[in-house]
Amino acid sequence: MRLTCPHCGERDLREFAYKGDALALSRPEANAELQAWHEYLHIRDNPAGPTRELWYHTPCGSWMVAERDTATHAVHRTMTPAEATK
Amino acid sequence: MADLIARPATHGLLPIEIGSVVLEDAQPEAITWIAPYNRKKSAVTRTLGGFPGPGQVVEVKAGRALSVGPGQALILGAPAACDDAAVVDQSDGWTVVALDGAAARDVLARLTPLDLRDSALSENATARTLLGHMTASITRTGPYRYELMVFRSMTQTLIHELTRAMKHVAARARLSGPG
Ligand SMILES: [Zn+2]
Repeated sequence: MRLTCPHCGERDLREFAYKGDALALSRPEANAELQAWHEYLHIRDNPAGPTRELWYHTPCGSWMVAERDTATHAVHRTMTPAEATK
Repeated sequence: MADLIARPATHGLLPIEIGSVVLEDAQPEAITWIAPYNRKKSAVTRTLGGFPGPGQVVEVKAGRALSVGPGQALILGAPAACDDAAVVDQSDGWTVVALDGAAARDVLARLTPLDLRDSALSENATARTLLGHMTASITRTGPYRYELMVFRSMTQTLIHELTRAMKHVAARARLSGPG
């Protein structure tokens, strides 16, 4: 599997660390309901199909969001978190 | 004050020659980490005499600047200074060695997942990547020459890993040699 670091370009999977669903970028407001924080911290889908995930390119220290399909293993797009949350 | 003798971490360990490949010390006088402040990139570029884009090495006034991450470069050469950037002297933090010879790429191919073909890593290109289990910078400085940087504390691991790979590549060459 190969992923495209927004800084370095296409690289081997071994250079990356997986963080989890890109939901982690959508942090609730500090005064949000307990339920919102619960879902943010603990509730994740387990989709067979398109996902948005956070990955870390260890050698250069860049975070990125990858749009990936867990059913086909296709990586459709990667982008910086700044681009992903615009 | 006494003038102390600076020794690289590779002192007494290099050079090593195995087969067609030589591993030697390439420690510069100084290594300076530079990260331009917000919206100061062009000012920093003017002060330094250049700033590398992703994967690039550029000649600057103090020496050579290597891209090492988004908005970050390492200058190898004389000590560098700049008011518009975060600047950290990392001279003692890194070990720089050079791997030179016809089979240098074959040796590296055993240790890094980086695409080393000409189309992906041309001369004068640099990459942050892995070397064995270490994060490293690999810079191609010639057709058969690569400069490798790892944290200074990992010097002996670096030499161990490279020496092993050099032996394996040389053994392969003997097996498939003429006859
Ligand atoms: Zn990267």
